[in-house]
Amino acid sequence: MSKASKSSGFEIVAREDFSDVTYLLEIRHPLMAKAARPGQFVIVMSHEHGERIPLTIADFNRTKGTITLVIQAVGKTTREMQQTCQVGTSLYGVAGPMGIPSEISHAKKMAFVGGGLGVAPIFPQARAAKEAGAYVIGILGFRNKDLIFWEDKFRKCCDELIVCTDDGSAGVTGSVTKGIQVAIAGHPNIDEFVAIGPPVMMKACAEATRPHKIKTVVSLNPIMVDGTGMCGGCRVKIGGQIRFACVDGPDFDGHEVDFDDLMARLRRFKEEEQAALERWSENCRMREIVTSAPVRAADDSGSLPDPFEEVKGG
Amino acid sequence: MPQQRAPIREQEPAERTKNFAEVAHGFRVEDALHEAERCLLCPDPACVAGCPVGIDIPGFIQKISAKDYRGAYDVIADTNLLPAVCGRVCPQETQCEGVCPVGETLEPVAIGRLERFVGDKAIQEGWSSVPYIEPNSFRVGIVGSGPAGMACAADMAKAGCDVTVYEAFHLPGGVLRYGIPDFRLPNEVIDAEIDNLRRLGVKFECNTLVGRLFTIEQMIDELGFDAVFIGTGAGYPSFLGIPGDSLNGVLSANELLTRCNLMRAKDAGYDTPIPLGQRIAVIGSGNTAMDAMRVCLRLGAGKVHCIYRRTRAECPARAEEVHHAEEEGIEFHWLTNPIEILGDDKGNVRGMRCIRMELGEPDESGRRRPVPVAGSEFEFEADLVVVAIGTNANPIIGQTSKLKLNRRGYIEADKNLATSMAGVFAGGDIVTGAATVIEAMGAGRAAARSMKAWLGIRDTDHVYRTEKAGGNGKLFGIDLEERNYARVRIG
Repeated sequence: MSKASKSSGFEIVAREDFSDVTYLLEIRHPLMAKAARPGQFVIVMSHEHGERIPLTIADFNRTKGTITLVIQAVGKTTREMQQTCQVGTSLYGVAGPMGIPSEISHAKKMAFVGGGLGVAPIFPQARAAKEAGAYVIGILGFRNKDLIFWEDKFRKCCDELIVCTDDGSAGVTGSVTKGIQVAIAGHPNIDEFVAIGPPVMMKACAEATRPHKIKTVVSLNPIMVDGTGMCGGCRVKIGGQIRFACVDGPDFDGHEVDFDDLMARLRRFKEEEQAALERWSENCRMREIVTSAPVRAADDSGSLPDPFEEVKGG
Repeated sequence: MPQQRAPIREQEPAERTKNFAEVAHGFRVEDALHEAERCLLCPDPACVAGCPVGIDIPGFIQKISAKDYRGAYDVIADTNLLPAVCGRVCPQETQCEGVCPVGETLEPVAIGRLERFVGDKAIQEGWSSVPYIEPNSFRVGIVGSGPAGMACAADMAKAGCDVTVYEAFHLPGGVLRYGIPDFRLPNEVIDAEIDNLRRLGVKFECNTLVGRLFTIEQMIDELGFDAVFIGTGAGYPSFLGIPGDSLNGVLSANELLTRCNLMRAKDAGYDTPIPLGQRIAVIGSGNTAMDAMRVCLRLGAGKVHCIYRRTRAECPARAEEVHHAEEEGIEFHWLTNPIEILGDDKGNVRGMRCIRMELGEPDESGRRRPVPVAGSEFEFEADLVVVAIGTNANPIIGQTSKLKLNRRGYIEADKNLATSMAGVFAGGDIVTGAATVIEAMGAGRAAARSMKAWLGIRDTDHVYRTEKAGGNGKLFGIDLEERNYARVRIG
């Protein structure tokens, strides 16, 4: 076995596409599958020249030795991965599980709120709460009916499931905060909320539960580099104090989080991200033109180098 | 004996701030021979005692004079596996060169440059001193692939152990890789030195975050390691704790350096972005601050300023680094402290409010304490603020093991670097807080000695060695007189 193929490579064993922007990857990593706990995340590098991106562990299977990531194609790296990460290919680097596992609360009645992509990482937590004997209410928010995924998985571990869609194409019309209102109206004795989703949604959830004084845990998603606590790029303000989301979190008390600070810091590299995406999209268009041209179809010298080539070959 | 040091050839400041190539060129053969002649070959050499790993300095210099460069490498490799690294980044002025008797009247012998000359020659020629190793069936796990872990790994591998080094990043090297920029230590040098370890049979497992993927306890109980060394370094950078320090455009030197060096944001074709500014303020004046400032210049900053609350005399960076920084046009603002970072309406940095300081009474560290001068506040314009005021203990190992920590969160280790857990040793920055590369290497070696004693591995050092000048205990337990010593050439 060559040095290159031995030194790294985390094989993708399954892939599922939930929509044109959301996809699931199941990755073989037996040690990680054994170690992973709800609430933790990994840092992924898709290829040698890539950046390190944090992704929440949406599920893990200890028997199969796999972890599951659900990814939304929002920028250069995640769109590129959407194209290149097929079953049988490998990721260059997967490190983790990172962060402090979510505390499995022994609350009697809990509500788990997932917004969009946050629906995936909230799942192992809801399942863990159910296994710990809690009455579990799931509140899932999607923009429309077509984006709904994992409803059946949640039905299995939830005593009650409230699906919300912004356009009312399924379930409750409105955002997850509408679902929270429905849940609180039906169950004034909910002990704890856990909310995962875009920062603006988690902020809204924290504001929705604050007047009811119900404990609300959120999972923060700041920009990260190493994920091991050595750079502070992911620092967040919790109750006025600086904390590093990668080693002190990612879970924090939603009523203590400075969400405005988080959202401002998430815009740090907006211009660079936009530029990277444009550069990449331009390259992709070039590739499409080249490969679709019949003259060049037989010889692929015009196509871009496969970013995985160095990992797989040699 | 030549009075003057061999000439130091460097890239011109105006030129070098435009690239990441090494500032200081290595010695040419004639320079090395010239400089070697300046050594007095003291019978009881102070320089050897001044070296944290006790390299037989007159021994290798003598070999250079005899034009036996391979021999010089063998002498160094006996105690130091990373001559090309240490020759570049050691603070020689406070170590070997600081006590060189030639330095009493003239410039001391340029020991660091000679060591680098030999180290570079070895890399270029593919030399590697790999001894015959008798496997002893002990398995040793090393956590962290920085200088402490590398030194410990080398020692244990040469003693016959099966050594695995775990690294959280995707590439090994620790601070040598993510921290020290290419213009001081090129990546190829790190790669070459790590390859030398691989030739000893050391296995590197990257992408492995110990403490989370498995714990220290699991390494002993489940993964079957007979002994473990923790050399995870000092992570967790400090921030200023003043208003505005979470604004966009405020970042730690560690983040800047990691993006630039490890993730290669400086190179075309890499995806990691790096924040840039036209007027950059770096807070602090240690070696990390110097690296961060000089990186910023090379990334195209218009002007880079160093803000330090004490004076130049207290500046903790190496004299050579401050000198280089000054040559490159870094502006130093001594006795200046930021009290607030100012932002614009978009949450980006636009400047700082600073205050002038003066030196008061000495504090517990013996340095005069800086005290603010009342009414001296002023605004300082900057669009990027890099914080290089030190680091704290990384909490991960502490969070996930029963190892005893001190009150500052560092791992508690006794004088033999043994921790509170049997068979688990620790050294380097995770024990002492941030220090130098060579001190971390020294700690890795000391831990390896304890580990060998704990495992009951007989140290050939003391059993076979006859009296020989220099060296306070050989790093790899290899003696040239032994028949098990084999030279190899990598082809």
